[in-house]
Amino acid sequence: MNKLFLIIKREYIAKVRNKSFVVMTFLSPVLMVGMGVLIAYLTKINDNEKSIVALLNESDYFSNEFLTTEGTSFIHFNEINLETAKDSTLKMGYSGLLYIPKESNLEQVVARSFFYSKKSPNTSLISRLELVFQDRLREKRLQNLGVSAKDFSALKVNYAINTATFNGKQNVKGINEIKAVIGGAFGYLIMMFIIIYGGFVMRSVIEEKTSRIIEIIISSVKPFQLMLGKILGTSLAGITQFLIWILLGSLLMVIAFSFLDIELSALQNGAELTASINTTIPTMDQTMQVYAQELIDIPWFTLISFFIIYFLLGYLIYSSIYAAIGAAVDNETDTQQFIFPTILPLMLAIYVGFFSVFSNPHGPIAVGFSIFPLTSPIVMLMRLPSGIGEGGVPLWQLLTSILLLVVTFIGIVWLASKIYRVGILMYGKKPTYKEIFKWLKY
Amino acid sequence: MNNILVTKEVTKHFGKHIALHNVSLEIPRNSIYGLLGPNGAGKTTLIRIVNQITHPDKGSVFFDGEKLKAEHIAQIGYLPEERGLYKSMKVGEQALYLAQLKGLSKAEAKKKLKFWFERLEIGDWWDKKIQELSKGMAQKIQFIVTVLHAPKLLIFDEPFSGFDPINANIIKDEILKLKEKGTSIIFSTHRMESVEELCEYIALIHKSQKILDGKLSEIKKAYKNNIYKIGMQVPKGEALLGELSGKFKISTSDYNIVEQQLDFTMQFPGKETGEILSYLSSKGNINSFVETIPSANEIFIKTVQSKNNNE
Repeated sequence: MNKLFLIIKREYIAKVRNKSFVVMTFLSPVLMVGMGVLIAYLTKINDNEKSIVALLNESDYFSNEFLTTEGTSFIHFNEINLETAKDSTLKMGYSGLLYIPKESNLEQVVARSFFYSKKSPNTSLISRLELVFQDRLREKRLQNLGVSAKDFSALKVNYAINTATFNGKQNVKGINEIKAVIGGAFGYLIMMFIIIYGGFVMRSVIEEKTSRIIEIIISSVKPFQLMLGKILGTSLAGITQFLIWILLGSLLMVIAFSFLDIELSALQNGAELTASINTTIPTMDQTMQVYAQELIDIPWFTLISFFIIYFLLGYLIYSSIYAAIGAAVDNETDTQQFIFPTILPLMLAIYVGFFSVFSNPHGPIAVGFSIFPLTSPIVMLMRLPSGIGEGGVPLWQLLTSILLLVVTFIGIVWLASKIYRVGILMYGKKPTYKEIFKWLKY
Repeated sequence: MNNILVTKEVTKHFGKHIALHNVSLEIPRNSIYGLLGPNGAGKTTLIRIVNQITHPDKGSVFFDGEKLKAEHIAQIGYLPEERGLYKSMKVGEQALYLAQLKGLSKAEAKKKLKFWFERLEIGDWWDKKIQELSKGMAQKIQFIVTVLHAPKLLIFDEPFSGFDPINANIIKDEILKLKEKGTSIIFSTHRMESVEELCEYIALIHKSQKILDGKLSEIKKAYKNNIYKIGMQVPKGEALLGELSGKFKISTSDYNIVEQQLDFTMQFPGKETGEILSYLSSKGNINSFVETIPSANEIFIKTVQSKNNNE
């Protein structure tokens, strides 16, 4: 036990003292937040850019439909011909010229209208113009049918079916997706952690092999102790890094956004938006409350407890595979052929899990992937926000999944330690799957 | 209990490959024991079994009279053939870590390391990283780490590879001093001439089997064949040589006409050398007469050949 502690300590210190590790720890949050700020800032600038459109209207069907909005303003040309209008538009440096010809009926007018511009036009501007034409056309056609605009808006229907569980609790549409996203975030965290720190474990094993210190160490400790110590030490370093990322990231986020005033204006817009929605649709408030209630009702304690269980088991399974890969090869370039099949279940878990759990958290695919041990840590966590038992994950599925995971954990660690034990003393050969299979019998 | 290490019919397979086949050895306490044999003979596998890195399929190993167990690791110091250190770790920290893995307390390890660092005059390396040191310098540190915990048995696998002659001599002297203090030492090498001068006992391993072992001086005695190297001043060297080669086995010969010096190697038929000597001295003036003692390498080749012939 004492030796294991020594190994964990060394691995931890070696990792956290590593220059690139330190740089990554402190630079990543800065980069991430910086990127976020940059994107927010650029979007803001982009939104602030106004496009000026020249309008040459010769028809009688349009008069004041083209209103100046936040992003676009219109300059009206009067009593000049198209060619002059084009020239002036170019000279003035406007975004473009909208030409509406004089025709006998609206359908013809719409069909002959053109938008001229120097470059290919901005899509959002075009769709805004198209909307004006569409509305005008619809209005005209309704008129022909003898329907007034007022009657038409009264015809608009917005219906959502009411859903509830059998015991009467109201079910909210879309909450499954929200829950899957929350569970998915936990699952994603596990995958990222496995890929980043599994890779660290692997490189650390390769380093010991290439520096030829391995035999000196395993003449003092058992290979299994070394492997375990390495995995645990690296994970502790990883958890340290993650915590720093979260703390530093949120701190920087608060600082950056309060400094740039981005969050405030965004909040204001949001508030205005909800205010306007609230007045028009009175039931929205209620719905929001139900959503909030649903989120509070997510079994957070259960979710986090199972996150820890699945995280530990999943990470240990995968990092011991990584350790075995590191032991089998001589250098990092040889690892590719083994890494891909290792990450494949993780990728499957994330993507298949996301799609199937999104559409139906308790469908056969979701259930299957949440029980299969190599994908269960991620997929089960996506399903768990809906609770355990009635309306959620059946208890037997959860127990089967954990039991299978534990059995797999023991099996994989046993196999990996066998490969590790033989592999660390093999030099100079690029191993094949067949050869590694033979090592299991040594 | 005169043996520090005994192996009894140790056998080890790797898949279909037999690495060791019924190897039984007795390594006397406080001796230097040479484990000789070509590359791939099974020496390293045997050493790894003694270090409990791998385990034998069959047979048993006894250390200091007891069946080999985990606690014995602290009593053995091992310098592997494939050796190195953490490149980015400081020398001192690294040595402390390895010493603690061998079971020393931190304070104890520090004290002993100080002693050895001063003794090999490398005290100012403590805070250096291995990647700043030369290969020979790193080997010195490896040597210290191997012997630091004062083990009863030291195992060196190809100890002198990578050392320049000066450092190799320093290490050789240290090994001899350790032996004087009562440590038992195993040398494993395929360069038989290099440790011949150090070893009292040897074992030859060939194709996973032990083909010869025992006290080196006795083995040599058993393998010498009454072959003598003779140098003499004789006027008619060629005539004498012709005469001798009719009766005896002459292996090498050289006659310098100007100096009238004849050198040749000859196998004597029996134990009685006197008769032939007096005959030779009647022909000319004998100026050298040396019995050739076979080297470990020659013994090895001979044994392997005779073994192959018998098969």
